Amino acid sequence: MQEKEVIIIGGGAAGLAAAVACKQKGIEDLLIIERGDYLGGILQQCIHDGFGLEKFHTSLAGPEYAQRYIDQVKEKEIPFLLNSMVVNLTPQKEVAVINSQGLHHYRAKVIILAMGCRERTRGAISIPGTRPSGIYAAGVAQELINLKDYMVGEKIVVLGSGDIGLIMARRLTLEGAEVIMVAEKLPYSSGLPRNINQCLYDFDIPLLLSHTVVDIEGNGRLSGVTIAQLGKRGGIIPGSKRKIPCDTLLLSVGLIPENELSREAGIVIDNITGGPQVDERGQTSVPGVFACGNVLQVHDIVDNVSLEAEYIVEGVAEYLEGKLTKEQGIKVELGEGLRYVVPQNLCRIKDTIFSFRVNQLGEKKILIFEEGKKVIKKKFLRRINPAEMVRVKLFSSELEDIKRLKVRLV
Amino acid sequence: MKAVNNHYDVVVIGGGVVGCAIARELSRYKLSIALLEKEADVGWGISCRNSGVVHAGFNYKPGTLRAQLCVKGNKSFAKLCQELDVPYKKIGKVVVAQKKGEIRELKKLKAQGEKNKVEGLQIINSTELKRLEPNVKGIAALYSPETAITSPYLLTIALAENALRNGVCFFLNTEVKSIAKLRNSDFRINTNQGEFISSYVINSAGLYSDRVAHMVSKDKYRIYPCRGEYYVLDKNASWIINRLIYPVPKAGASGLGIHLTPTIDGNILIGPSNEYIKIKNNFSTTSPVMKMLSAEARKFLPLISPGYIIRSYSGLRAKQAPSSEGGFWDFVIEESDTVKNFINLIGIESPGLTAAQPIAKRVVEIINKKERLSPNPNFNPSRKGILRFEEQDEETKKALIKQDPDYGEIVCRCEKVTKKEILEATNNPLGARSLISIKYRTRAMMGRCQGGYCLPRIIEILREYFNLNPQEILLKGDNSYLLTGYRSNKENELCKKKKLLSLAEELPV
Repeated sequence: MQEKEVIIIGGGAAGLAAAVACKQKGIEDLLIIERGDYLGGILQQCIHDGFGLEKFHTSLAGPEYAQRYIDQVKEKEIPFLLNSMVVNLTPQKEVAVINSQGLHHYRAKVIILAMGCRERTRGAISIPGTRPSGIYAAGVAQELINLKDYMVGEKIVVLGSGDIGLIMARRLTLEGAEVIMVAEKLPYSSGLPRNINQCLYDFDIPLLLSHTVVDIEGNGRLSGVTIAQLGKRGGIIPGSKRKIPCDTLLLSVGLIPENELSREAGIVIDNITGGPQVDERGQTSVPGVFACGNVLQVHDIVDNVSLEAEYIVEGVAEYLEGKLTKEQGIKVELGEGLRYVVPQNLCRIKDTIFSFRVNQLGEKKILIFEEGKKVIKKKFLRRINPAEMVRVKLFSSELEDIKRLKVRLV
Repeated sequence: MKAVNNHYDVVVIGGGVVGCAIARELSRYKLSIALLEKEADVGWGISCRNSGVVHAGFNYKPGTLRAQLCVKGNKSFAKLCQELDVPYKKIGKVVVAQKKGEIRELKKLKAQGEKNKVEGLQIINSTELKRLEPNVKGIAALYSPETAITSPYLLTIALAENALRNGVCFFLNTEVKSIAKLRNSDFRINTNQGEFISSYVINSAGLYSDRVAHMVSKDKYRIYPCRGEYYVLDKNASWIINRLIYPVPKAGASGLGIHLTPTIDGNILIGPSNEYIKIKNNFSTTSPVMKMLSAEARKFLPLISPGYIIRSYSGLRAKQAPSSEGGFWDFVIEESDTVKNFINLIGIESPGLTAAQPIAKRVVEIINKKERLSPNPNFNPSRKGILRFEEQDEETKKALIKQDPDYGEIVCRCEKVTKKEILEATNNPLGARSLISIKYRTRAMMGRCQGGYCLPRIIEILREYFNLNPQEILLKGDNSYLLTGYRSNKENELCKKKKLLSLAEELPV
């Protein structure tokens, strides 16, 4: 059993930023464990630009963004393992790792969960029909095209307007495929508005809102899908079904934080975010285990992942110094108009960034933080969109002496 | 014995669990045997798509072949699985009554089971049910301790591999087109891969057994495909039940009702539904049935939520009973009245998996009566499967990685399948090369991410191993290509040119 001060599980955007931040805080005894054969995680397959606007005030491609952190990891000589899969995590913060050198055990004072997320599959959303080849999660297609240099198909329907789906609609078009349409079950897109403009409208790819795939055909390769329009209550509008011949169906129907290890360690998971329940410093229900990035909540832009990772490392440093004692915190109550809030708990009075998702489109809304009837903070939101995370910072002065905290949107 | 010029003593048509069991039972004797399967691997018709239940045998009418062979099969199943290195667990089953009126049905089932010589059947009350299955709702149940589970695909593959090892020749992608009876009383079997000649034909073609029978005789068999759809639940849900949970079967129904089956791999299946369909290869799932499955399952288990669903699929039952009649007809296992040496297996639906070996023995008996077969002295009943790294203890895992670093590379994260296992599956004795073949052999791609992580990795392994072009990587059979080529057109051109080049080199100058 090797002892470490901090072990970071995952060498993607969150893990890299957390590692660099730890080093800057003077934490020396670090280890990043990455299952892939390179650092950078999913960023490496995101060869489009638009990363880093907030963090670096310039537009970078995914691999460029990752490289800025990888350079720092190498410069600061932060140790990392590649091709190494964490297969077990215990509440005692013991980690079992498998790689071609063997099965290794580590124990750490702090574990940072940075495993990212996975894509929701066809099975999870129960699309009826046959099971031919040619049905890909959008991110899998992205990996095959951008990292392995393969082409996945020629006539493509995209289901779901998540950002990866939109990016891939453009990518496939640029590679010479015909993207027939992007169908979205909801009456609004779940992707960022800039992606809808730059990936669909600029390439004349139609976006069909309130439409979904209701049947899949083909015994060998996919031969076609049936799409239908959905009514206000989500039912199929009679007569709206039509067959679309295609050889590929890309699914961009949501991301699920990858918390199988967290569950094994007994960490309490929030059913809505799919990530661990955390306090204002990203500490989970198991003391000394912190979470950041997409394993905590699915982010829209990577800059926020990096910022979140850096932010929780402040808590990591305090924990290691023994300053972060386990205190009975207060639960952040969720009121109307909001789908979730992170952090779910507040333990101490600190400057705290809250992340929210709203549950429908809207304009001119006010986000209210309140303690009972006393309003602590109001924030005006010109436009709200479930696809866009809302982040609001409350200062320690605003949180002083509170006994309860509720957030709602009116 | 070696076959000469595609002449065999016996040709088995159909590589389902029953066909493979027959091939294996025959290989105990000095015979030359060929098995013809139209798909790219064994078991892809019906066998891989059932619940994987080793039935005890109380559901079937006393005196029928189904009852006799099922009970026999149940009793010898553990030994069969041990010989073939196939997982098997005797977890037991409860048939749950929800209403008072159903208790009478439970008693009838128990009496029927006892007539069939099923052991250990008990009627239990709601308290006892609660103790066995805390999350299941019901007022009483029939408890059957002898009911077990296995892996239907691993069993089919194991039977085939053991038959192969004992001399049976397997022909995959080989579809029978017609059969002629020759003057010397041999059969000539025409397939898409050429002709086969044999003294005996065993028609174990499952859904298509009526069609194969009609190729040589006017026997009036007819098979009606009856579809059953399933949901597969995440392993995270496995704590919900401990045993097989069945409803009380409805009189005249064509299946045993929507049940909950823990699989040998730790998932739970919900299903199957029961719907006569027109086309024999229609393995679609449908939205009304999927909705019905969730609703039915929630009757017993209010805890089941849609978030646990990772996949749906469907299988087909090869039924003799037409939809107007429903219910079950008995298995037909007999030599054709009109065509000598042509043995038909018709309507082998549930409990065909449980009864596969007794069915096979019965077929051998028919031949043995006529031929007095002599034993194959080299027959070896045992077979080893692919070692599951994840199931080993810590020390074994360490030793395995030391011995072969490919054990240290986890390719499928959900099911924790290593590169070594993928390579072994890729290099399987039957020579099945598709992704589904690897999936059934290793469980890679069967977990909650459904191949999201491992698919690109497995594609690379397959490509390297067989030196394939991207277009040649198949999900299952013909035309199920996963990739259309390389990304950039330049490389595509280069690839085409290379092919042209190699063709040009081969041309005689």
